[in-house]
Amino acid sequence: MVELARIYVRLIEARVRAQLEYRLSAALQLLGVTILTAGDFLAIAVIFANVPELGEWTVGEVALLYALATISFAFTDLVIGHLDLFPQMIREGTFDQILVRPLPSLFQVVASDFAVRRVGKVLQGVAVLAYALVVLDVDWTIGRVLTIPLAIAAGAVIYGAVWIALATVAFWIVDAMELVNAFTYGGSFLSQYPIGIFARWLRGLVVFVVPIAFVAYFPALYILGKEDTLGLPEELRYGSPAVAVLAAFVAAAVWRNAVRHYRSAGG
Amino acid sequence: MRLSFELARRGYRRYAAYPGATYAGLFTNVFFGFLIAYILLAVYDERDVIGGYDVRDAIAYVWISQGMLAVAGLFGAGWWELARRVQTGDVATDLQRPVDVQRAELMQDLGRAGYQTLWRAVPQFLLGLALFELTIPDEAGRWLLFALSIGLAVVVSFGIRFLVNLCAFWLLDYRGPVLLAIGVNLVLSGAIIPLAFFPEPLDAVARLTPFASLLQAPIDIYVGEPLGGKIAVVLALQASWALALLAVGRYALAAGTRKLVLQGG
Repeated sequence: MVELARIYVRLIEARVRAQLEYRLSAALQLLGVTILTAGDFLAIAVIFANVPELGEWTVGEVALLYALATISFAFTDLVIGHLDLFPQMIREGTFDQILVRPLPSLFQVVASDFAVRRVGKVLQGVAVLAYALVVLDVDWTIGRVLTIPLAIAAGAVIYGAVWIALATVAFWIVDAMELVNAFTYGGSFLSQYPIGIFARWLRGLVVFVVPIAFVAYFPALYILGKEDTLGLPEELRYGSPAVAVLAAFVAAAVWRNAVRHYRSAGG
Repeated sequence: MRLSFELARRGYRRYAAYPGATYAGLFTNVFFGFLIAYILLAVYDERDVIGGYDVRDAIAYVWISQGMLAVAGLFGAGWWELARRVQTGDVATDLQRPVDVQRAELMQDLGRAGYQTLWRAVPQFLLGLALFELTIPDEAGRWLLFALSIGLAVVVSFGIRFLVNLCAFWLLDYRGPVLLAIGVNLVLSGAIIPLAFFPEPLDAVARLTPFASLLQAPIDIYVGEPLGGKIAVVLALQASWALALLAVGRYALAAGTRKLVLQGG
């Protein structure tokens, strides 16, 4: 495990150095990502320019949701966002090379890239978090303070688990990556908003099946000391770390199983 | 004419070759359609009319805009291809062909847009229509002008994408400009939130940009204004942007080509 971490750091160092070689290009990409993601918050700002509340959530409260959802997704995207290109590895047969090397396959796929430009997403989320903390009048306790970093970490693991589990679809259907996008990018978009405004089937989906309600919604309820309009058990708002661990185990099992059934195209 | 038609058909067929990708894309558009529709329904719980849109207009906006993402290529859809060919030098082959590069790319893009309209925009609009209450114009003329406006939107979108791709002639890495363009596209076209929701001066300024021609213009014609003067202005603005962008694209291609020859020798 320590050995893997050491290898990971070295690989990523090399990737980062390579990207910083072209400074103007790296800066432009970072700016592009920041603007692209700022668009999402702009939508929320525009909505609240027209209405005072959304599903009984104020602008500051939604900003907190948005920040938790965005920062955790940004970390996931930073570390494994290149899974978008995973179907290409299958199609071109480069995944076969990975299987013959003496390191875990998932580790190699994850360590194969690290896009510096995606830091822009983290920055944008942090800026919104700062805004939320200034606007909100939270009754701070130690538990509430610690919930912020904990929720971000748990959220990143949950998104990562969902992403990895779904990416295995590429083992069977090569051109269906956009399907995965519905859950990854769609999931991150959804968790920026109070879950209560969505239809029943969607709420059920994100609480019980693809557990992204635990990324931002439940931790935010706890931090804000807010009533859950869904009428679900209050314990769920403490559930994010446990859900993250569970999701990680499920994703690892799904990946292992998929790799075991993988048959190369014979490239 | 014949050649243009053939090129467009190739563009269509290229996308028709991957039905799996179409279904997957359709699924994603529909999923986002649901999300945005529910968000807007919650917004309309608080207010009846926003920027001239009532709730049925807003829901119509959702299902049209999700389709237009693919049709007008607001993100994705051959954004990088020409740039990549410039980067690898393959564009030299394109330039030697007896067909004008801009015309060939435009025709293929129209074919692509035709495919996306038939297999992505129309099916998911019908699904939205089946599941939600939304505005349906009853004048035949409005539907015709709406279709015309979508066509112009595709040409404007092509004009913007063509220019962004040509950045590759001058920059080592084209990804920065591409990401920037997608970001600006999504915000100023009204793809993330209708421009009608923007506070007043911002709304008016955004509507003058070519980005508003991509999505807001066809939707304005669909939901809104009485047939007549104001719609003519919207269409004229779209057509002007289409022509201007194509002209600048021609000029940039010529300038880029000169540079390529100097470098490639």
